[in-house]
Amino acid sequence: MCAHAPTNKKVGSKAPRTAMPEQDPRQRVRNFSEVTTGYTPEMALAEAQRCLQCKKPLCRKGCPVEIDIPGFIAPILEGDLDKAYKVLRDTNSLPAVCGRVCPQETQCEGACILGKKGEPVAIGRLERFVADTFMAKDACEEITGTQACTLEREDLKVACIGGGPSSLTVAGYLSALGIKVHVFEALHEVGGVLVYGIPEFRLPKAIVRREIDAMRALGVEFHTNWVGGKTITVDDLKAQGFNAIFIGVGAGLPKFLRVPGENLIGVFSANEYLTRVNLGRAYEFPKSDTPAYTGKNVVVFGAGNVAMDAARTAMRLGADKVSIAYRRTENEMPARLEELHHAKDEGLELLCLHAPIEFKGDEKGWLKSIVLQKMQLGEPDESGRCSPVACDGQFCEIPCDMAVIAVGTGSNPLIGQTTPGLELNKWGYIVVNEETGETSIPNVYAGGDIVTGAATVISAMGAGRRAAKEIAKRLLG
Amino acid sequence: MPSKIVRKRSLIPGQTSELVLDAPQIAAKAKPGNFVILRVCENGERIPLTIADTDKQAGTITIVYLVLGKTTAHLETLKEGDEIVDLCGPLGKDTDIHKMDGPVICVGGGTGIAAMHHIAKGHHMAGNRVITVIGARSKDLLLFYDELSKFADEVLVSTNDGSFGVQGMVTDLLKDRLESDTTVAEVVAVGPVPMMEAVARVTKPFGVKTTVSLNSIMVDGIGMCGACRVSVGGKTKFACVDGPEFDGQEVDFKELGSRLQAFKTMEQISYEEFKKSHVCTCSNK
Repeated sequence: MCAHAPTNKKVGSKAPRTAMPEQDPRQRVRNFSEVTTGYTPEMALAEAQRCLQCKKPLCRKGCPVEIDIPGFIAPILEGDLDKAYKVLRDTNSLPAVCGRVCPQETQCEGACILGKKGEPVAIGRLERFVADTFMAKDACEEITGTQACTLEREDLKVACIGGGPSSLTVAGYLSALGIKVHVFEALHEVGGVLVYGIPEFRLPKAIVRREIDAMRALGVEFHTNWVGGKTITVDDLKAQGFNAIFIGVGAGLPKFLRVPGENLIGVFSANEYLTRVNLGRAYEFPKSDTPAYTGKNVVVFGAGNVAMDAARTAMRLGADKVSIAYRRTENEMPARLEELHHAKDEGLELLCLHAPIEFKGDEKGWLKSIVLQKMQLGEPDESGRCSPVACDGQFCEIPCDMAVIAVGTGSNPLIGQTTPGLELNKWGYIVVNEETGETSIPNVYAGGDIVTGAATVISAMGAGRRAAKEIAKRLLG
Repeated sequence: MPSKIVRKRSLIPGQTSELVLDAPQIAAKAKPGNFVILRVCENGERIPLTIADTDKQAGTITIVYLVLGKTTAHLETLKEGDEIVDLCGPLGKDTDIHKMDGPVICVGGGTGIAAMHHIAKGHHMAGNRVITVIGARSKDLLLFYDELSKFADEVLVSTNDGSFGVQGMVTDLLKDRLESDTTVAEVVAVGPVPMMEAVARVTKPFGVKTTVSLNSIMVDGIGMCGACRVSVGGKTKFACVDGPEFDGQEVDFKELGSRLQAFKTMEQISYEEFKKSHVCTCSNK
């Protein structure tokens, strides 16, 4: 089994998982600096030694972009971080991002053989270590082995609508093959959910910018404030001679709870709250102009990563008490395990088995309290999770001056409205060929949340990679 | 992308100005009813402003703003040739403009007159008879009278102090017209929330289609954040992608008015700090 340093290996695999250093919870809850501070080279070596270097690595199957995991961990043991980074970049255009935000426990680490009896290898932390080590290095050199980064196929150009993870993956993959890629982003900053959604304390924007700069060095052109379906349409891009178009416009309008009082002042969608704080840098208000609400008693509805991000942001902005109201129990929460643990360490309270009934406000329309219904777990539903069932007549009303609703998003209508011939399903999501990512319009591809509905960064990247492979196959043969 | 200020015109000194911005790709697509989102500077807030006019040949769009807070105050300090850091658009659904049998009455108040101007012009281009009704507190505060006079079939004016046109409110003029003319096909109103609410109240007994253009709070303006939600006919709609125009009889104006207050205190803090920090620059000019 062991390809490298067999004596070390045996000791290594039995060693406990190397802990991730992090800011003290009491300190970090008052700042927006990154919570986890990253492995030192010694920690990375110790953790890499735990990897069994399986010949048929299950971890790789668990990864939506099929990173060669043993292949990037082995060079860490040899001290060859250049090689480790190259292996990562072969399949992943955003390793520093993935190392931080992927739900590893259900993907690579969830499949790791060591996890059967003990703790899996900390693959995500190692990925972050390798990517961070290369942040300052020349992107062209690392990816193509040349310093010039010349585009080999100036005659071929591909457009990506949307500047989030799926489009960035397409751009990273195709530009490394020498194809010219133009990315059209609607907001004023490239990165999509990585910059408007995920907070600074979990994914610093500087990290995202470095990954984007690496693509820029490979010849990718980024155009901000170009709204797909408004400023520029699919037909416009075709007319401009783009050989292929990838649509990765991400999530659309937030879903609400459909209970009375939802439009009171103080009730926000997670998208609004997080966009104000992250993209608008409201945590620096009034130095930055975008204000964000500071609630004292904050209740967040939903229990995914977005809910955790909103709750932890509210704590950092000075809330006295932040609770997550969830209809099921902690066991069913969809958030990354690490985020839930971090949030609890920071003082988050869980209001499990509670469903919203009504938001109550004062005469001027400001939120004052919420009415919740107590729930219990019933039979498993189609998601496989136990369904929440209302406990008859059991209600409670709690004070609340700010609520954040983080129960998912719908599809964005702008592309559909302005792209004749683009097939959408009944929810407004774009229909694609699952193997190629191609839409009903030839050479127009789509991927990410606009195809699947709200999902993870890595699944959007997986979709981007599938489409990019197909585009490359057709353009380069 | 950054956008250069091609022309600047003060409409009401120190209070309301008009900017012509170089934005060829937005001008090419913009239609009446559309708006843009702009950011004046790095660290600036994204704010929505309705497009008052476009010149497709010149590749420019026109916006009109009232100095109300930090962003608009900062905008007011810029000169011709200066750039704003981000301009994004055109956003929102186009106004539903088609040939109608009767006249269209376009009512405007405050800076809403600028947005109404674009809509009225669109109706005029479509061959509709256009009656515009505009109002202000006094003659000096009245916007776009000359511009509207160029194409509108009638320009009716009311001022609170009677310094120009008829003394009273735009709704008085509107009511008079609806009583004397039963052929009116549609009423369009753009302006402060109480004005639009009053217009809808006046038109209701006449059963005339009434369209209002809503100025709700927005962050991204592209159908992502949900800040701009408004209740229309008891359902939640999003002004940025479902609007900004809605049936005036269906809009919950009380809720809209209250939601617009959400960030007032913070906006005031931001504006006061800006005024303090900007004293020296202004006095140096």
